[in-house]
Amino acid sequence: MRAFADLLERLVLTPQRNGKIRLLTEYFAATPDPDRGYALAAITRDLEIRSVKPAMLRAIIYDRMDEALFDLSYDYVGDLAETISLAWPSKAGANRAPELGEIVETLNAASRADGPKLVAGWLDAMDASGRWALLKLVTGGLRIGVSSRLAKTALAAFGDKPVTEIEELWHGLQIPYTDLFAWLEGKGEKPDAEKPGYFRPVMLAHPLEARDLDALDPDAFAAEWKWDGIRIQAVSEGGVRRLYSRTGDDIGAAFPDVVDALDLDAVMDGELLVYAPAKPPFAVRPFAELQKRLNRKTVSKKLLQTHPAFIRVYDLLSVDGEDLRAQRFEDRRARLEDLFTDGPRKRIDLSPVLNLQDKDALAAARAAPPDDAIEGLMLKRRASPYVPGRPKGEWWKWKRDPFLIDAVLMYAQRGHGKRSSFYSDYTFGVWTEEETLAPVGKAYFGFTDEELKQLDKFVREHTTDRFGPVRQVRAEPDFGLVLEVAFEGLNRSARHKSGVAMRFPRISRIRWDKPAGEADRLETLHAMLPGDASA
Amino acid sequence: MTRLDEILRPTPKGLYCPPGDFFIDPVRPVDRAVVTHGHADHARAGHGAVLATEETIAIMAARYGEDFTTSRQPAALGVSTAINGVEVTLIPAGHVLGSAQAVVEYAGKRLIASGDYKRRRDPTCVGFEVMSCDVFITEATFALPVFRHPDDRGEIDKLLASVRRFPERAHLVGAYALGKAQRIIRLLREAGYDETIYIHGAMQKLCDLYEAFGVALGPLAPATIASKAGAKNDFAGKIVVGPPSAFADKWARRFPEPVACFASGWMRVRARARQRGVELPLILSDHADWDELTDTVRDIQPQELWITHGREDALTRWAELEGVKARPLSLVGYEDEHD
Repeated sequence: MRAFADLLERLVLTPQRNGKIRLLTEYFAATPDPDRGYALAAITRDLEIRSVKPAMLRAIIYDRMDEALFDLSYDYVGDLAETISLAWPSKAGANRAPELGEIVETLNAASRADGPKLVAGWLDAMDASGRWALLKLVTGGLRIGVSSRLAKTALAAFGDKPVTEIEELWHGLQIPYTDLFAWLEGKGEKPDAEKPGYFRPVMLAHPLEARDLDALDPDAFAAEWKWDGIRIQAVSEGGVRRLYSRTGDDIGAAFPDVVDALDLDAVMDGELLVYAPAKPPFAVRPFAELQKRLNRKTVSKKLLQTHPAFIRVYDLLSVDGEDLRAQRFEDRRARLEDLFTDGPRKRIDLSPVLNLQDKDALAAARAAPPDDAIEGLMLKRRASPYVPGRPKGEWWKWKRDPFLIDAVLMYAQRGHGKRSSFYSDYTFGVWTEEETLAPVGKAYFGFTDEELKQLDKFVREHTTDRFGPVRQVRAEPDFGLVLEVAFEGLNRSARHKSGVAMRFPRISRIRWDKPAGEADRLETLHAMLPGDASA
Repeated sequence: MTRLDEILRPTPKGLYCPPGDFFIDPVRPVDRAVVTHGHADHARAGHGAVLATEETIAIMAARYGEDFTTSRQPAALGVSTAINGVEVTLIPAGHVLGSAQAVVEYAGKRLIASGDYKRRRDPTCVGFEVMSCDVFITEATFALPVFRHPDDRGEIDKLLASVRRFPERAHLVGAYALGKAQRIIRLLREAGYDETIYIHGAMQKLCDLYEAFGVALGPLAPATIASKAGAKNDFAGKIVVGPPSAFADKWARRFPEPVACFASGWMRVRARARQRGVELPLILSDHADWDELTDTVRDIQPQELWITHGREDALTRWAELEGVKARPLSLVGYEDEHD
């Protein structure tokens, strides 16, 4: 448990991705089974552990110390697990600190009533950092900035294997992953991936640059709309139904409406979207509406009614037990269309192949798509097999040009790691009817190192106020710095005062030349909002 | 009979002794001041007379210039000085070099203003002395049961382990220029680290002063760049000590992929470390933690406990549970963040 606590502690404070991968691989190398497997499951949030409710934790700490002193401490620290871990008065003569595997196995074998007693005993045997890790584990609040994708990347680095192989295996594995680690260390066979319902690593597209367009032979490619949802793989085989994200996370629990509809034997590649319930199927709604259903473990009945989801499929990897991945795209496509001869299925429809003959027609379609939920074109080589990863020249994504606005720099915050001595995160705003600035977004990339130095200098020289790591910058109609901001789309947002939220904002140019008073206005942004199909 | 608050009482200028007509650690210029230690919020320039330890007087002179006060009264530890019939004795507080508690005796009563203090060993200053008294005036910087500072050596080992782990990066240790910086350097030396330690320019004078008072700090060098080309690599694998404020400054850019470390009692709370962008928190404090505060009150067993700056609510509550008569003084002008 000591090593696991240290790992969490370091992960929380390490901002760099590579630093995190290094910490994880070192931990995997130094920790025996089954602890490293349980740690991995805890980090990827796959670990099932008998949880201890916050109210029970309060009860055990109140049993040990004065309530008023604990409450004062909690007010100050602001996090229950952390407060208890720091304030816990250890009893002398406690047992040795338990190992992670021991904690998981003992707790899962215990009765609900015994859980808090066990936890109290372990707290006595640990130091503050161990206590914190234990409490985070049993309250299910392990937020340490490591995605399951990052954990898999670390496993790949640890075993020197491609990450796609890990993704492919992942859902056939059992916690604590003893066979996986044995294989990664070269001490065992590769675990059997091909259990029914397994994830097939996805094929990805390259962004289409101008020179790629010049070299492109339109006849060799099929064009499709690029839908603004999330890429998923829907698997239904041998009675197993799964919905995977593009990195192989099973998100089915949050989408029972879609999983229910997988009443065929097939593995399909497509876009997960939500539609407007009152309209004929399937009127796609903006990404912001889909977002309400993402990153959940379960979904409420109400949300299922107001935000029904469906899949718009565009590729077929397997059907009735036959693996199609080695076949040509157009042959797979023909097999896919065979599944839709009677029109759309319940919660599944077909993304059309567009009849566009030449580059001019492609460019015109990309510039003026018929639906707000389209963010550009996909171009797929008709002869392409389905290959994991991002093979060169097979699939292209040709996104719509980003939106651009001129906004005024309002606040700047210091960055992390290499950028900790630079004001590198910028909040910018546009003018309202009252001639004040309304913040509309925040961006921290898109500029060169040289431009960063200039921006930092501007911030330092024109600071009007400070709030911790944030500086307020002089921003008036007659004086201020205009930033040209590029973004991929705009959502309505009740959380932001301006009523809008940007997707992927970045600084595209610094307009040293432009007077702040001539920056864009909030009405301009409101006019860019997509219409919600349900409205 | 003289009431206790006729001997010492809080005023906007600081703790005042009416019969002796002097202030302890006044926050504004006064005619006569007793100064417990050299931190800027306790030791200010511009007083008529300053009674303090020789070390504290030297620190004030180094920080504010030789004319920081009209009259200096260096006092040896344990030796009483009479001020208008009030006996004032300085005894060690264990906070930083020269730090002292001010023992005030008058009309058969003894009151101790302890300034800032800690109980654990510090190789750069004399340890805290326990003396019985009627009133013990304590700080409360870390007066919450969540603040329990771990063993110094463990924290220094954390730093050295990180230096070994990232030989290509510079470790920037944020530490207050007076006390903390020298203590860390000294602790590193005790742990066997004998390489040159690089220091921010603002620390040079105080490090020299510590050396002059017999605290050996080993090889130090300014953290400046010798040549433009390839200069960043000069600091790869090195330890650089600077004031915390400098790390947000352009100064920090000269170092290769710095690991931001911060030595402070506040680092116990993760959110504090994260807010500051600290990658390696070092829980090292020159203030008493919760256990040290409560142990001290139990050791001294004063008739009354007066609580100055910090988290007085929790300490007041604890005193109530212990049956110790306690009162918060609500003195203003002392910095909470100063650790």
